[in-house]
Amino acid sequence: MKILVPIKRVPDPATTIKVLPDGSGIDTANIKWVINPFDEIAIEEALRIKEKQSGEVVLVTIGQSTWQEQLRTGLAMGADRAILIKSDAPLDTLAISRILAKVAADEKPELILLGKQAIDDDSNQVGQMLAEMLGWPQATFASKVEFEGTKVKVTREADGGLETIAFNLPALVTTDLRLNEPRYASLPGIMKARKKELKEIPADTLGVDLAPRLKVKKLAAPSKRQAGKKVGSVAELVQVLHSEAKVI
Amino acid sequence: MGDVLVFAEHQGGHLPKTTLTAIHAGAELAQKRGVKCLVVVASDSPDALAAELAKYGAAKVIALAHPALKNYLADAHAAALTALVKKIGAEYVLATATAIGKDLMPRLAARLGAPMASEIVGINDDGTLVRPMYAGNVLATIELDGPVKVVTVRGTAFDAAKPTGAAAAVEKQDAEIDSAACKTEFVSFNATKSDRPQLTEARIVVSGGRGLKSGDNFKIVLEPLVDEMGAAMGASRAAVDAGFVPNDLQVGQTGKVVAPELYVAVGISGAIQHLAGMKDSKIIVAINKDEEAAIFSVADYGLVADLFKAVPEMVDELKKVKQH
Repeated sequence: MKILVPIKRVPDPATTIKVLPDGSGIDTANIKWVINPFDEIAIEEALRIKEKQSGEVVLVTIGQSTWQEQLRTGLAMGADRAILIKSDAPLDTLAISRILAKVAADEKPELILLGKQAIDDDSNQVGQMLAEMLGWPQATFASKVEFEGTKVKVTREADGGLETIAFNLPALVTTDLRLNEPRYASLPGIMKARKKELKEIPADTLGVDLAPRLKVKKLAAPSKRQAGKKVGSVAELVQVLHSEAKVI
Repeated sequence: MGDVLVFAEHQGGHLPKTTLTAIHAGAELAQKRGVKCLVVVASDSPDALAAELAKYGAAKVIALAHPALKNYLADAHAAALTALVKKIGAEYVLATATAIGKDLMPRLAARLGAPMASEIVGINDDGTLVRPMYAGNVLATIELDGPVKVVTVRGTAFDAAKPTGAAAAVEKQDAEIDSAACKTEFVSFNATKSDRPQLTEARIVVSGGRGLKSGDNFKIVLEPLVDEMGAAMGASRAAVDAGFVPNDLQVGQTGKVVAPELYVAVGISGAIQHLAGMKDSKIIVAINKDEEAAIFSVADYGLVADLFKAVPEMVDELKKVKQH
């Protein structure tokens, strides 16, 4: 099975994010960049499916040339080849989804796997938009993906429980935390990754509408919550909650 | 200018509080833009739900009916709503960012060719919207550009709509669904069995972290406190990752966002991702043996203690307070 895995480069989740004084963006000095953790789960799931069924895992990302680094990491995990759609301009989720729809039309994967959300913008939109643009069924927030003949059965993290839905391929699945534990790239994997194909395509040659329809006017830091007081004992804690905060 | 259309989610015939939040936010947006707030509910038999929704101040409730809307499925719902939005010429389509709202609204936006703002926490008078990014460490002011715009709202950032004493008109419509758009089959829903309040609706939330050390300790140590307080139970991502509790209890950036009157964090260190899901709670209590834990920086009341001693003691103390 051919699986396309769109990935995004994001700040390491442990990074403290600071807004630039003029509100035009975040301070990117000293940021360690990584593959979006949910996309790592998507790569892992794609590799596991390939290991069972054979096929090809193709990575794609949209960004600057430096994003090659995260594609190489994914190739070192075991993906077969990678595509970098080059764009220096900021793109919104509609533009990203249109680009990915074009890549999918060219690559013709049977399955697209990607993270449920990127931990920078926290939008949680691209998977669903891409599925609609392709006219494919979607299963978001997947915690289990099973194959039964030509059918895919996906268990999803819903509110109040787990939902199971099924559909035929081609289809799109977005990953949630419990789907798997991503592997680390091995040393031989890293060596092999250097020789794997990594193709760069300028975004503006794809013939898709990239005009931003969501404009970020400014960024600001939220007001900080003040630390309160320490209490000396459980009895004191219960007392203040009862008589001071009046919440119990 | 077109009206604001609120998608009213229901869970098997029941309207969760998050749906009333969407109606409130939709009414606020409509008022600021000088347009009407309409509500749509989609189901195979939406009449009773529509009659209930009519009490909450919308200008009109549209009961969208079709056999394919029996169970929630993204493709059929997106197709039905797209046809409705085009028919009535709505400018904004809005829902709360629940599991269903998050799943459906981007698909709807793509079908409409509309830009979308996720999990907004504020609506400015100039039409710009405010939304958190980077696990709530950044607040972005954004503008959507297009004849139709799609928005999800963060449930904790808006009040729930209240019954107005009057009933809006209900208009029943048969949904137009292109059968080619329906490619998904509902198989089953395995509900988490719990007599406790839902996380996003509870007045008190008690959450456990990795400090609990095991799933058994959630049951033996934490649950008595949860139940003594009549609270919902939550967990940090670390506790979910360790397999102590199911993922739908996860509070944080990639889990649920809660803002109860009282949030009690037990054995939770306070990673940025967890704080993103609870820092708007009215009162925060932290119990942790590490006095340097980040959770204390947002806690109104902090207790540095071994949770395995403190939590059972707290259950006893709460019983004493109740007796008075």
